[in-house]
Amino acid sequence: MVSIQDIKTATVQPDSLGRFGKFGGKYVPETLMPALSELEAAFHQYRNEPSFQAELQNLLRDYVGRPSPLYFAERLTTNYARPDGTGPQIYLKREDLNHTGAHKINNALAQVLLAKRMGKQRVIAETGAGQHGVATATVCARFGLRCVIYMGVHDMERQALNVFRMKLMGAEVHPVEAGTGTLKDATSEAIRDWVTNVETTHYILGSVAGPHPYPMIVRDFHAVIGVETRAQSQEKWGGLPDILLACVGGGSNAIGLFNEFVHESSVRLIGVEAAGEGVDTEKHAATLTKGKIGVLHGAMSYLLQDDDGQVIEAHSISAGLDYPGVGPEHSYLKDLGRAEYYSVTDKQALDAFQRLSQLEGIIPALETAHAIAYLETLCPQLKGNPRIVINCSGRGDKDVQTVAKVLIP
Amino acid sequence: MTSISAHFQTLRDRQQCALIPFITAGDPNLKTTAEALRILDRNGADFIELGIPYSDPLADGPVIQAAATRALQKGTKLEQVLEMLEAVIPTMKAPIILFTYYNPILHRGIKTFLLKIAAAGVRGLVVPDLPLEEAEELIQTAASFGIEVILLVAPTSSKDRILAIARQSQGFIYLVSVTGVTGIRAQIQDRVKDLITDLRSVTDKPIGVGFGISAPEQAHQVMEWGADAVIVGSAFVKRLAEGSPTERLQAVEKFCQELKAAITPVSLQQVGSAK
Repeated sequence: MVSIQDIKTATVQPDSLGRFGKFGGKYVPETLMPALSELEAAFHQYRNEPSFQAELQNLLRDYVGRPSPLYFAERLTTNYARPDGTGPQIYLKREDLNHTGAHKINNALAQVLLAKRMGKQRVIAETGAGQHGVATATVCARFGLRCVIYMGVHDMERQALNVFRMKLMGAEVHPVEAGTGTLKDATSEAIRDWVTNVETTHYILGSVAGPHPYPMIVRDFHAVIGVETRAQSQEKWGGLPDILLACVGGGSNAIGLFNEFVHESSVRLIGVEAAGEGVDTEKHAATLTKGKIGVLHGAMSYLLQDDDGQVIEAHSISAGLDYPGVGPEHSYLKDLGRAEYYSVTDKQALDAFQRLSQLEGIIPALETAHAIAYLETLCPQLKGNPRIVINCSGRGDKDVQTVAKVLIP
Repeated sequence: MTSISAHFQTLRDRQQCALIPFITAGDPNLKTTAEALRILDRNGADFIELGIPYSDPLADGPVIQAAATRALQKGTKLEQVLEMLEAVIPTMKAPIILFTYYNPILHRGIKTFLLKIAAAGVRGLVVPDLPLEEAEELIQTAASFGIEVILLVAPTSSKDRILAIARQSQGFIYLVSVTGVTGIRAQIQDRVKDLITDLRSVTDKPIGVGFGISAPEQAHQVMEWGADAVIVGSAFVKRLAEGSPTERLQAVEKFCQELKAAITPVSLQQVGSAK
């Protein structure tokens, strides 16, 4: 059994090979190895440097709009109350209120500040739902850097609004036709670009996935979500949350919320994956539920793969969860038993999408709707009045058309 | 069949730069792959690199990526490729080097994978997404199966890394000639010459140069710069992807002969024609 102290140490820093337990590492072409070392060195050099932190904190406050509120969802809470009026108290960490509408901007902003200090003039990124692409295009516009976004053709179709936003801010959106034209294929194409242009280009990877040091860097740049949640919990009820709930595709919003509480043994950490049409069908993205250990996009983690070791295309109604891999730290937390991972279907997510809209006047991203949907399963299991914080990781404007197509055939 | 190292030694004694064609297994089908291997072997290939089709070939450009996708759509599986090799390898002189990404190895387990490929007669392994830091277990285990793991050096590699990679690489050192993925390039950069010189100053192991070489003149240039082997991939894969079945194999045969002639010293060519 791993002690809390072990967990604390292990999650503070991956080991020298960039591993969380056996997960992580750097499985990339040799061409990229020096760039990964350079990035790691820059990260360690600047992350605690006063001028870097001052610039980052100012921008997080005045440009992004942080801190994001911790909102008590009164009608959602009432919805899950027992007949006697008791029940879980549900709070939403409002990352959807950030500039550009999702948590993704925290990491994109911090990484672009790093890129600038590293002297890189060109930035690339991959995107699924487009939120990371929009965040990257935004910060590149803000700092006058060239920006190329790789996006699967299928995702470009279902996220046309975000494609337009990226182009409006001056980014070049590069369609990726390979595979099923989704996030996996866009990520592979972004890595190929980086292999080719590594000397002039910074790759703003958008999740806690990819080769070391990305899972560590992206986590640390999103850790602000959990840090704020702790302070806001203290202020609102003088304690810690009892349960943290977040959706997991690659897993960046979940790790951002969890990181601050990983060593707080009283806090349950729950990640919700996309079960698509069901985990017993071939159309899902439930990597931690159904995957086997493998290597994709530079890291060892759980992975959806067939009996020949070929990566299987994932499926979810949510473009941001449509990924066959998952961040290595999530695999580690799962194997340790520190975090729990469940999955909900497209149908359950669509129901939650409408439920939150109607009960709270908040239209969540389809990704976020997966976390909301798990309340249906979780709340009836709970005793007393535990405080649940759900990471409301993004807003649903981008998904309205997708949902309309399903609801209004 | 001799090891890659031993075969290189023979070529060195004859002052012959080696030709290493690359093709993707299962594109357009495994029967054609088998025939292409025999043709390459008869027409000047000293080693042959055989790509195992993979769903996410990060280090490959559009030509080889598309070939892998086609091969996978045809249902090509590693076990079928090895079955084919088991039949073909005994009829060939050129040792076979498998080019595979790491996940298919990890998926089967390193030992099981090595056992299978060794049984099929494979002699070497190139794993483009397994840098030195992650390669130790594979290298050590492979040695006990008589498989040599060839490591890659890139134009971005530091002097320290070049030295460490050169120490660990077996069979030869695979020098990636471009900062980029596999594919046809109009020109081979002059810096390849310096990279060969840098590598030569730290190792006496053979140096094979690949990525981007697609024409006899380029192969000749790389040989002149002192490479022990020239690796040509996308240009072969492209020829196997176009035309009727007969035309494809004829194109491969002719191209292989042209490349071999371009890297063969005149004295050896005369010996060849006198036979």
